[in-house]
Order: sequence, then C-alpha cells, then structure tokens
Amino acid sequence: MATFLSLDLATWWFLVIGGLITGYGVLDGFDLGAGALHLFFNKEESRRTALNAIGPVWDGNEVWLVIAGGALFAGFPLVYGVILSTFYIPFMLFLVALIFRAISIEFRSKEPMRWWRKLWDISYMASSTFITLLLGLILGNLIQGLPFNEKHEFTGTLLTFFNPYAILIAVTTLSLFMMHGAIYLTMKTENRLYAKLTVLVNNCSKFFILCFIMTSMATLIYIPHMTQEFKRYPVLFALPLAAVLTVLNLKRNIDSRKYFTAFVFSSITTAILLILFAIGLFPNIIISSTNPAWNISIYQAAASETSLRIMLIIAAIGTPLVLAYTLFVFWTFRGKVKLNEMSY
Amino acid sequence: MPSVEILSRVQFAFTIAFHYIYPPLSIGLGVCLVIMEGLYLKTGSAIYQEITRFWIRIFALIFGIGVATGIVMEFEFGTNWATYSHYVGDIFGSALAAEGIFAFALESGFLGVLLFGWNRVSKGVHFFATIMVALGSIFSALWIVIANSWQQTPTGYRIEGEGMQARAVVTNFWEMVFNPSSIDRFSHVIIGSFLAGSFLVMSVAAWYILHRQFTKHAQAMFRVGLRVAVVAALLQLFTGHRSAHYVSKYQPAKLAAMEGHFDSLAVADMYLLGWVDQEKQQTSGIKIPGGLSFLTHGSFKTPVQGLRATPEADRPTAVNFVFQTYHIMVGIGMFLIALTLLAAFLLWKKKLFDQRWLMMIFVGAVLLPQIANQVGWYTAEVGRQPWVVYGLLRTSDALSKTVTANQVMFSLVLFTLVYVLLFMLFLFLLHRKIQHGPDVTQNEEEVSDLYSKRNINPIH
Repeated sequence: MATFLSLDLATWWFLVIGGLITGYGVLDGFDLGAGALHLFFNKEESRRTALNAIGPVWDGNEVWLVIAGGALFAGFPLVYGVILSTFYIPFMLFLVALIFRAISIEFRSKEPMRWWRKLWDISYMASSTFITLLLGLILGNLIQGLPFNEKHEFTGTLLTFFNPYAILIAVTTLSLFMMHGAIYLTMKTENRLYAKLTVLVNNCSKFFILCFIMTSMATLIYIPHMTQEFKRYPVLFALPLAAVLTVLNLKRNIDSRKYFTAFVFSSITTAILLILFAIGLFPNIIISSTNPAWNISIYQAAASETSLRIMLIIAAIGTPLVLAYTLFVFWTFRGKVKLNEMSY
Repeated sequence: MPSVEILSRVQFAFTIAFHYIYPPLSIGLGVCLVIMEGLYLKTGSAIYQEITRFWIRIFALIFGIGVATGIVMEFEFGTNWATYSHYVGDIFGSALAAEGIFAFALESGFLGVLLFGWNRVSKGVHFFATIMVALGSIFSALWIVIANSWQQTPTGYRIEGEGMQARAVVTNFWEMVFNPSSIDRFSHVIIGSFLAGSFLVMSVAAWYILHRQFTKHAQAMFRVGLRVAVVAALLQLFTGHRSAHYVSKYQPAKLAAMEGHFDSLAVADMYLLGWVDQEKQQTSGIKIPGGLSFLTHGSFKTPVQGLRATPEADRPTAVNFVFQTYHIMVGIGMFLIALTLLAAFLLWKKKLFDQRWLMMIFVGAVLLPQIANQVGWYTAEVGRQPWVVYGLLRTSDALSKTVTANQVMFSLVLFTLVYVLLFMLFLFLLHRKIQHGPDVTQNEEEVSDLYSKRNINPIH
C-alpha cells in the first residue's frame, strides 16, 4: 500500500477517523453533558441560560459525528456496514434520541406554557443521557470485542451488548461528559447559577474519578488485548501516565476554580482515553471475541488506494476550514450567556 | 411478516420521503433570506430587516428537522444496507464525507451566527453568515445528488472482487463526480428546492394579505418569493428537459416506464394523462402521437426503445406508479409556470395584491412544489429498480445480512411513530410562528392605506 510521510494510507485514515471521533467527543461531549445535567437547574431562567450556553454551538458540534460517520463509510466501508448492522437496535434508538434531543432544544422555548417547557426539559435531559450511555455502551463492546464469525457476521443477540464491562464504560462516558459539560457551563454562567455549578462540577469530578479508576482496573484485568501493544512498546506507558497526570491536574484546577484550564484538561482527558483505545485496537478495528483470526484489520477494511488518497486531500482542505468556522463561532459567542429576544 | 427486503425498502422510502420535505425548503428559503437581507443592507428599510428575522426563525425550525432526519439517512446505509455500503463505500462514502466536511460544517457553524448573532456581529458579517448557510445547504445537495447520480449512471469505477465480496472502486474521481447525470439532476433538484422555498414565502405572505395583517411586510415578502419563483419555474422546464434527455440515453427502461411504452422498438407517444394496464402491457389516455419520439430524437417517426427490450428481471415492475408520478410532476411544473407568470404580470400592472382569488391559490400552492419534488424523486428511484446501482447491484442483494425482519419492523414502527409526532409538532409550531408574524418595531404608517383597494408600493 502507498505511503505518505512514511505511514500507509490505511493508517492515515485510522488516524483521521480517530481524530474526528475525538473532536466529536470533546465538542459534543460538553453539550451532551450539559443536557444530562439539565434538570439539576430548577429555575426557568437557569434552564434557559444553560440551554443558550450551548445554543449557538451544539449543532456544529454534532456535525463532527456526521463527518466521522462519512469518513468511516468512505475509509473503511466494510467496518461501517458491520458496526452499524451489528448494533442495529442500539443505533436506531440512538438516532431517535438524537431527533428528540434536537427538537427539545429547538422547541422548548418556542411556547410559554409551563407543561410544554417541562416536557421538553425532561426530553432534553433524557435524550442527552441516553445518547451518552448508548455511545459508551457501543464503545465498551468494541473495546471488548464481540462474537463475529469468519464472514464478519455477528452471532450474538441484543443481550450480548449488556455485559458488565460495556455498562461500566457507558457509565464512565456519562460521568466524563457530565463533568465536561458542567465545567463548560461554569465558564458561561454568572451569579447564583454559577455558584450552584461550582458545587455540581465538584461532585461530577469525584464521580468521574471513581469511574476512571474502576475502568482502568477493569481494563487491565479483563481486557488483555488492550494492553498487549503497551507491553510490546513500553514507551507507550507514557500515555496512561499522562492520563493520570491530566486527571489530577483537572481536579486541581477545578478546586482552584480555574475553569478554563479545567476545560482544557477535561478535553485532553477525553482525547487521551480515545487514543488509548485506538492504540489497543490498532491495527484492528473490529475485534472478534470468538477467534482473533476473524478480527477485521484496517487493511482488510480499507477502501481503494485512489479513494483513500483523494479523501485525504479532501480532509486536508476541509479540516482547516471546519476548524476555522468552529473557532469563529466559539469566538463570536465567547463570554457569559446573556438572554435576549432571539435566545432559545 | 414481510421480508427484510420489503421492510428495509419501506423504511428507507419512508424516512427519505419525510426527510425530503425539509432540505428543499431550507435551500429555497436560504436563497430568499439572502435576497431579503441583501435588500435590507441596500435600502436600510426596517421592513426588510423584520421579514429577514421572521424567516430566519422559520428557517431554523425547518433546518433543525432537516438535520435530525438527515442523520438518520446517513446511518441507515450502514444499518440496513451493509452490503451496499461495502459495495459503494469508495464512491458513496467519499461523497458523503465531502458533504459533511464542506457543506454541513459550513451551514451548522454559521447557523449559530444567523440565529443568535444579530447583536454580536456587524450587519456585514451577519449577511456573510446568511450567504454561507445558504451556500452550505446548496453544497450539501450537490454532494448527495452526485452520490445518487452515480447510482443512476455509474462511471469512473472498476469492479474488484467477486460475488458478495465485489465492490466498486474509484478509478477516476472527476469522472465519478461528473457522471453523465449529476449536473442535470443537481440543477433539477436545486431549482425544485428554490420553488419549494419561494412558494412557502409566498403562501405565508398571501395569507397575511388575505387577513390584512402585516400587509407591508407581506407584500415585501411576496415580491422576493415571486422573483425567485418565476425564474425557477421557467428554468425548471429546461433542467427537466435535460434530465429526461439523460434518462433516454442512459436508462431507457426508466424512460419507457415514465411514458408506459412497452413495444421493444416503436414510435413512442407522449401522454398528457393516462393509465397503464400492466397485465395487458397497454397504456391508454390523452396523448400526442409520436411525442416521446420527438422529444428524444427530434422526429415524430423515430422509434424509441420500450420496456420489452429489457429482460423482465432487469426492468421496473411498478410501471403505472412511475408513469403517474412522472406525469403529476410534469403537470405541476407546467401549472407553476403559468401561475408565476400570471402573478408577475399582475405585479407589473400593480394589480396583484388586490386579486383575492389569486392570493387564495397562492396560500394553497405551497403544497404543489412539495408534491412535485416528492413524486419526481419517486420517479427517479422507483424507475431505477430493480437496481440500487444501475446495472451493477440489485436492491435485493444490497441488504445487511445479519439484520432480521423483526428488527426492521421494530425500527420501522419506531420511526413511523416518531415522524408522525414530529410532523404534528412541526405544523403546530409553524402555525404559531405564522400567527405571531414578524416583530414590527416601527408604527405602521398610514394604516388606512393598507385597507384601500389602491395598490401602494410599501417600500419607497
């Protein structure tokens, strides 16, 4: 296979897709987390402020999912089909939850009735939580591997997905996003809501650290294939070490109320956790728990070389543009939320 | 229980048809918004600013539903059509990824500025954001129509592997992008979208004019909508002809189904109205003898390839369906040309807004481009059957192998319930927004004038 900067194209695509998924986790992570915390705010004004804190950006954040999906479709078509058809029911529920979340944000403040707003508040929180848990559940099953036969056909049932490890990953994802979202909200709010959030951030970070420790232990003990690469290249142990240091720094910044720095560290935490997952997988994308010979590697799944090369050019042109819009929008809406007549 | 194939096709058809209500509206409204805001910047008139703000709110509602239902489409390729995904990943995947990175990011990024940026950015930057959102929605249509056109007229590829492992691999990217039908089909879809958006603007405006509410605003909106609609309706005649031309060249079986033409090689008629008896393989109705021959070959006497020239297993079975949907689309297209030309003429004579009967037609006419867009899409997709990629991959071979009928039934029921709810909410909120109307900041001067029969030009 052709190479670019001494990495083959399939590996480049593995990195591109990993980068997109990380971008999605960091960006949509905070608005999903903010959604999961929504009902902790009691007053109407607090709820509107929290909603408008993510108002101008959530849709752009979700686009990273669309792009990551498209990139997976283009780069590894086989895996796209296998993952989506294997997780058929979870993905259908995921899509429905995405619809409910979008319309909850859009519709909530369009009508003044109390029951109307309450209904959409509940729907917003429930869908945000559900989406996060489903993402974590799918991720947990992919880390662990699933029963696939030699034709890459899934041989399990719906219940196969609900195993203790995958559930632990789902809860950890929720705790991470809730903390990430709470930190984001502290940066966007003032006065009493801010005071309330400082307490919430603290609790969320404790919850996350607990989950982080449990996930690390469970992975070390029960998922041997995730640690193989680390044993082969001990230099990679720098990463889990970095993860621990990042989490410690995160907590320190939260305690001293430096929320912007804390937000940077919680973003880095999300990234490092996904990088650890990627290293554990590489060069496979799908792990067969039935027989390691039936794993799907990036080379088996990759699209043609022509396609990968063209897509890499498209990504090289597109990514700076996307980053530029993202920065522009975040810059435009920097600072604390002020409600006005155009707000949600 | 119906088969996985039938259920998956029904689910895809249902979810795409529902989705296809919204993006054409966004695209058409996007263009109208650019014109409205452009006029505001040019004239400084508060009316234009107020109608821009009003339509941005409606745009946001439509856009939101379009995005939410669009994500479903992207992932449905993988969930229900895994074999298809593997087969076309090289091609369809790259178009979809390009759509995401070039189009969605643009429109979603700037939508925030459009909605919430009035007090945060300058007028010029806000106008720029409006243009970017409008362009983003057009780019999005471009890539998705390219991908779909490749399914109709595949070029720039080669087949690798055999049997279930076979897949199409890109050999020439630009040949794949500019396959024989992409430009014709893209222009036809885009102009259809301009009609959908502009007719929504005119429908709401006509409703206000009939109810004597926001009259100045309504007339300003109507003019913007009409400008777009009259140009689009005329252009659609041209792009429609171009589309029929590519079909005649590359998909003769589809063209034959569109006109119910069975004989393998004979002079073909063109029907204004008709009915296809599929059992007897006969078509009857009001026709122009030799009309289809004339349209495809420029002569009333030249024979055209009919359905029987294609083996039965390789040609569309729902002939009457394709015939009817095609004729409804053409009929509506012709009616819209007449309607918009008449309105433009009356506007020029300064008599338009006094014609209550015409305003009533415009209130209802919002449905016509919607129906035409829908049935046109059915013609293209049902006429392509039994192929999912024309001549290469059959729809029945494109399914996910591990998905069961029960699972698809579950998701189909789920989507039906959710979409029915979504549609009711959409209508409710749209209705409320229209009732609320634009936020008028200035006192409407000379209110009595608005009730007079005399047509006054509200702006300058």
